[in-house]
Amino acid sequence: MNWIPSIFRRRKLYGDLSEEIRLHIEERAEQLMGEGMSPKEAERQARIAFGNRSLLEERSREVWQWPTLESIWADVRFALRQLRRSPGFAIAAVLTLALAIGANAVVFAVLNGLILNPQNVPQANSLYAIEHGSEKTTGQSYPDYLDLRDHNRSFDGLAGFTLGKAGLDTGKDPSSVWAYETTGNYFDVLGIQPFLGRFFHLADEHGPNSAPYIVLSYAYWHSRFQDDRGVVGHVVQINKHPFTILGVAPPDFQGTLLFFSPDLWTPIVNRGQVDGMNDMNVRGKPSFLMVLGHLKAGVTPAQAVADLNSIGSYLKKTYPKDDANMAFTLARPGLLGDFMGRPAQAFLTGLMFLAGLILLAACANLGSLFAARAADRSKEVALRLALGSTRKRILRQVFTEAVLISLIGGAAGLFGSVTLLRELSAWRPVPQFSSIHIPVNPDTTVYVVALLLSLASGFLFGAVPVRQVLRINPYEVVKSGSNARIGRRITVRDLLLVVQISICAVLVTSSLVAVRGMARSLNGDFGFEPRNRMLVNTVLQMGGYSGDRVPAMQRRMVDAVQAIPGVESVGLVNYPPLSTAVENGNVYYDRTTDLSQANAAATAIKYSISPDYFHAAGTALLSGRSFTWRDDKDAPRVAIVNQEFVRKVFGSVTSALGAHFKSADGTRVEVVGIAENGKYLSLTENPQPAMFLPFLQSPSNWTTLVVRSERDPQQMADAIRSAVRKLDAGLPFDIETWNEEMGGSLFAPHVATVSLGVLGVMGAMLSITGIFGMAAYSVSKRLRELGIRVALGAQRREVLQAALGRPLKLLTFGSAVGLALGLLATRVLAYIVYQATPRDPLVMAGVVLAMLLLGLLATFIPAQRALSVDPLVLLRDD
Amino acid sequence: MPNEDMSEIATRDLFPGALEMMILESLRRQPAHGYALVQHIQQRSNNLLQVEEGSLYPALQRLLKAKLVKAEWGVSATNRQVRTYQITASGLRKLEQQISSFQRMFEGIALVLNPGKATTS
Repeated sequence: MNWIPSIFRRRKLYGDLSEEIRLHIEERAEQLMGEGMSPKEAERQARIAFGNRSLLEERSREVWQWPTLESIWADVRFALRQLRRSPGFAIAAVLTLALAIGANAVVFAVLNGLILNPQNVPQANSLYAIEHGSEKTTGQSYPDYLDLRDHNRSFDGLAGFTLGKAGLDTGKDPSSVWAYETTGNYFDVLGIQPFLGRFFHLADEHGPNSAPYIVLSYAYWHSRFQDDRGVVGHVVQINKHPFTILGVAPPDFQGTLLFFSPDLWTPIVNRGQVDGMNDMNVRGKPSFLMVLGHLKAGVTPAQAVADLNSIGSYLKKTYPKDDANMAFTLARPGLLGDFMGRPAQAFLTGLMFLAGLILLAACANLGSLFAARAADRSKEVALRLALGSTRKRILRQVFTEAVLISLIGGAAGLFGSVTLLRELSAWRPVPQFSSIHIPVNPDTTVYVVALLLSLASGFLFGAVPVRQVLRINPYEVVKSGSNARIGRRITVRDLLLVVQISICAVLVTSSLVAVRGMARSLNGDFGFEPRNRMLVNTVLQMGGYSGDRVPAMQRRMVDAVQAIPGVESVGLVNYPPLSTAVENGNVYYDRTTDLSQANAAATAIKYSISPDYFHAAGTALLSGRSFTWRDDKDAPRVAIVNQEFVRKVFGSVTSALGAHFKSADGTRVEVVGIAENGKYLSLTENPQPAMFLPFLQSPSNWTTLVVRSERDPQQMADAIRSAVRKLDAGLPFDIETWNEEMGGSLFAPHVATVSLGVLGVMGAMLSITGIFGMAAYSVSKRLRELGIRVALGAQRREVLQAALGRPLKLLTFGSAVGLALGLLATRVLAYIVYQATPRDPLVMAGVVLAMLLLGLLATFIPAQRALSVDPLVLLRDD
Repeated sequence: MPNEDMSEIATRDLFPGALEMMILESLRRQPAHGYALVQHIQQRSNNLLQVEEGSLYPALQRLLKAKLVKAEWGVSATNRQVRTYQITASGLRKLEQQISSFQRMFEGIALVLNPGKATTS
């Protein structure tokens, strides 16, 4: 490493060298004078004989330099000086890139966090969840799970888990917690070691409610128990049942769903106590268990699927009624398998593509700026070439400048995106599910990708002026000044601008489509009215209620809240529509006797409601009657069904009213009323059959009171809280407005709209800078020509046409192309954003108007400049 | 100026290292400063090698860096301030190597050019 001292010696070395060369030329000149030449001529001849002194000196110095790195450093310093000299250009370029790279980094980080990154468990690559059926549900029933676990030959153990909400009482302040109810082997199958204490194991399971154990998540232990190591071994109350805290999970293990970290884990055998459910022995439909495990070494997913399907066909043969559709597939567990994984992947891939387009547009933008700059600097380049610089050296200078800008821009963009991602990771999108979050903290991959993108884009837009530099003929340029060729032919710059504008028009179109779809879906008809409604959510199991005490308590709650002044009506429902939970049930024609899956007339969403629910929720009852308190478990079974149910099962309203259907357990149910269709699972769904059953006949632990009132939500919430506390101080519950609650189901379209909106705005900004750059450049190039035109009597309109005709023509063309492409692209959007249709005159008009406005905005300053041309000043200048 | 790279190669090096070799050989005979080296090389080659005078300096710097020569400021016989170059021990060794490998190469070239009159020494 002898270059370290040589850096310090260098000044002397260079000084020696210059002195030596000076003396050499002097000696030669003296000798020539001795031969009788005049001093002036002698010196000239001596210089000629010596050759290109500065070039040779540079070559000599290069010998001592740390070869390329140092000359690159010199280039960097030169580039920085150049950029400082044109701060407008530098800031515009860096900002453009910061935006583009930042957008890419954010989208990539989300993609990385949700799709690409394996989960935080050992050997995550071999971890799969098992899906079944044509809808690829990730749920299995418990008996089916046991068969899969015990008969498969492909997995190193299969574990299962489901989510549950429970009331936790540690002696003070009872609160609701989110639990993963897991099979005993869960931690062992995943290969997780406890942070503190121990986990529960398969050996702890001895039948129903035999393992009253809790494993706390690190985060919950930290926030609720303040890192108290003494909690291990403590007994706490879950839904009024004693449970022992066994241990604490490690901080980096937050469950097997990427976006849903539990507060604690409990064994599934205690499901009766934790969730109040009694479905552990039912095969087939109550498919609450997500089953997952590591593939054995050497077993491919295809082999595992074949293995599982052989078990499936055995199950189908043995239990034809319950296990009709047992075709298994594998999926990644993190996003609930394909249920969320597929759309999330599709959307994020699409978003990545759009972000890529943004970057391309930015590169096109910067490329044309660079080309313009190179044209302006052709004189400087020509001079350098004439003085003996090589073209390679000049190109390297151009690239250094480009890469420098791209790196600065990339760093700025990355900084912004990291800030944004931190926010995003800390964000809890669904208020009532504090456990739902988006794990997208940037990691090394994100940084590397951002760096690579910056470098790649630097080289991309740096490459635009290469041909231009190579074509420069120093002799011509020096002789005739800058070559102000204003060709009519299409240049690379024109093409770049058209490409860029059409990309931007695509973005503007898709963001308008998304925003419009979102606006429509917010004002759309849900089949209920969320405005001026409060929801009170609880699970009565958490207060220790069971059996007949559940409906009794529910009735008391309805009555207590009804009594609050200002309450118009109170309805009760097990899960409100468009919340995260839903219950399905098969229904059969009255005449059907074989109640197998294949004979089902429809699968309907099942709601248990109180008599006043329709009025409270604002759902229209189209015909028939509402429920009364007399529709209890001793009365004949009745139901109110929606229009879609009528259409599917009965065909017409007249034949439906008073008719019967059979529920999955064979009970005959009479239709007493028909309600309007609504949205139940998502805003984008097609009409689904739904049935409403009286909660006295179809009891449920899950309780949501819908409180209709015009009063201020805050006051109302306080009043409701004290009313419910008076009934049972130990029952955890939460209160929110229905609009807040719907945030969860509007989450996906919200995210889609916001991200597309941001991309659209960025696209618009890029096209402004692009058109502005082009227009400003063309005006400044042609100032002299414009001056002459003005001097010869051109009108303002003609001047403007001459100056801005071309950019505007390109703008029109690019917008048209972009609009057409955008309309094609937004078909994809329709899957995510409710009512996102590209064939919307308002959107079309919006895009055209937006692009026009952008054009006006971007050409305003150059137009002003063109109009203020003073021929006298210009002519005097030369 | 598309031919600038060409001209540079033609004046600096006949083949890579040739100029360095000639410098080392001159310095082996006697230490000299840059100007004297140019004169010497041009005279010895009967002015056949029209080396651009300046192209000597990058070569000298390379040799200096490789410690094949060393330089010292001093005063010449004509009372001029000069920087005199002197060959080092490793420079001598390097020269021997280069000459022998050059001779082998030269013989090879000669064999190809005059296959009939092949001589071996």
